[in-house]
Amino acid sequence: MTPALDAIDADLLAGRHGEAAAFAMRLLVRFAEAVEADGFLDAEAAHIDGCLYHGEVSLDFVERLVALGGRVRVPTTLNVGSVDLIHPELFRGDPETGAKGARLMRAHEALGCVPTFTCAPYQTIFRPRLGAQVAWAESNAIVFANSVIGARTNRYGDFIDLCCAMAGRVPRYGLHLAENRRARVLVEIASLPPEWSEAGPACVAVGHAIGRACGERIPAIVGLPAGATEDDLKALGAVAAAAGAVAMFHAVGLTPEAPTLEAAFQGHPPEETLTLSAGDLRGIVAGLSTVPAGTPLAAVSVGTPHFSPDEFAALMPLLRGGPRAAIDVYVNTSRATLAAIEARGWTAELEAAGVTLVVDTCTYVTAVMREMSGAVMTNSGKWAYYAPGNLGVEVAFGSLADCVASARAGRVTRA
Amino acid sequence: MSGPLSAATLVPGRAEGPAFVLAEPLSFWGGFDAGTGRIIDRWHPQEGATLAGHVLVMTAGRGSSSGSSVLAEALRRGTGPAGIVLASRDAIVTVGALVAGELYGSACPVVLASSADWPAVAAARRLVVEAGSARAWIELVP
Repeated sequence: MTPALDAIDADLLAGRHGEAAAFAMRLLVRFAEAVEADGFLDAEAAHIDGCLYHGEVSLDFVERLVALGGRVRVPTTLNVGSVDLIHPELFRGDPETGAKGARLMRAHEALGCVPTFTCAPYQTIFRPRLGAQVAWAESNAIVFANSVIGARTNRYGDFIDLCCAMAGRVPRYGLHLAENRRARVLVEIASLPPEWSEAGPACVAVGHAIGRACGERIPAIVGLPAGATEDDLKALGAVAAAAGAVAMFHAVGLTPEAPTLEAAFQGHPPEETLTLSAGDLRGIVAGLSTVPAGTPLAAVSVGTPHFSPDEFAALMPLLRGGPRAAIDVYVNTSRATLAAIEARGWTAELEAAGVTLVVDTCTYVTAVMREMSGAVMTNSGKWAYYAPGNLGVEVAFGSLADCVASARAGRVTRA
Repeated sequence: MSGPLSAATLVPGRAEGPAFVLAEPLSFWGGFDAGTGRIIDRWHPQEGATLAGHVLVMTAGRGSSSGSSVLAEALRRGTGPAGIVLASRDAIVTVGALVAGELYGSACPVVLASSADWPAVAAARRLVVEAGSARAWIELVP
């Protein structure tokens, strides 16, 4: 099928918005054919996951657009890069990769992208509005945009995210269309472990379960902990997108397109029902750890996806009044959040407590951690899912409070 | 042998080479090393095989969209396949081959074979792929 071209698409292809936009639109038309999109829609914004260095091709692509004089046509945010440009001394990897990674980040800025360098652009001033058509990349950002905000994006990725930004257009298919956003799988949480005081671990367990069970199908979840915050839903979506190909979930009563179960399913019956008990959730959480309680730790890493100001607000009282951490503690966050917590005077307090703030990047995608011989503890289901493969470390999973207690003890400790 | 089979073009170009039929879907990201051109997924039955010079025959893609970068990087280095025949549309593979073509002129055609023709394609020893801007032909050498 050849996608229908609006006047703007024809103008873009003809080079009337510059050579870079023409190049991008040419790729978009081919992409639209491959995914059988019938045409294009205006994009309001884009989020680009192209700043991690995957080889020379990463640079060649972006620098070609720069050489053609390209500028993004819509507000465009950037996902994490390979290096922390605010704290470059933290980088411990191959110097050539570090230099090319930094060059790649700068090249995106030269196209007019906003140097947010965060996987949580939805917690910055660039948060899209309900119903906005956007071109977002990075699996956790995609899930959050679709599910928690109700903005509309497909699972864009390499090269195509930037093409959408350069053209200001998205192919019309998939989750851009209301009828494709209905739930297919009903996920019922029958009971929650009463001993879990934070909603975080339960949300991570549910996210992991839906990733495994749903693949690409959209679930509607009923029975999440009443205290589940936006950050808990962020953690849920992140692990669901790591363990599966989930691009969207509904949480009935919590997410904007699911005020009721009927609304989430758009009146259709569920194709499948998944019931999770307290025992199932405990089992999933136990399975996220590769080492038992008491294991000595090399480090603690939290903030995958990037820590929000609210998450820092939850961390600060846990740190106050206790001893300094016995091991390295990393908190990954965005430069925007860094500025916000600096304004509250928290960065000095964090440093005194033994916390290293990692900005613009993340401990599971680049070489930042100083000590890796031993297990690492995290409260992130996504970090626990990827770190053993990416970094070759053992992982212990726990709540934020468990992570703080374990950092002080230097070994896996749980309440 | 019958005449060439009709297919749909996803990425135009011409390729000829021995067929390499993937026994299971492969994620290029994490499953293929663009430096060596080898399959490195330790769970894949063809781990260790090289793709360079072959026409890759695969039912479907799998995995992260970063696979587009890995495929494009392999085509830049000359460690990637000569062409790709798919049984179902795959955006990750299509984008990787498209970008390599645009940046390096390395034509790695990607075509979509019909389900009726699939058994013959998957059994061929050698394949010739001619992909024009919309229509493509696959010639089978048994």
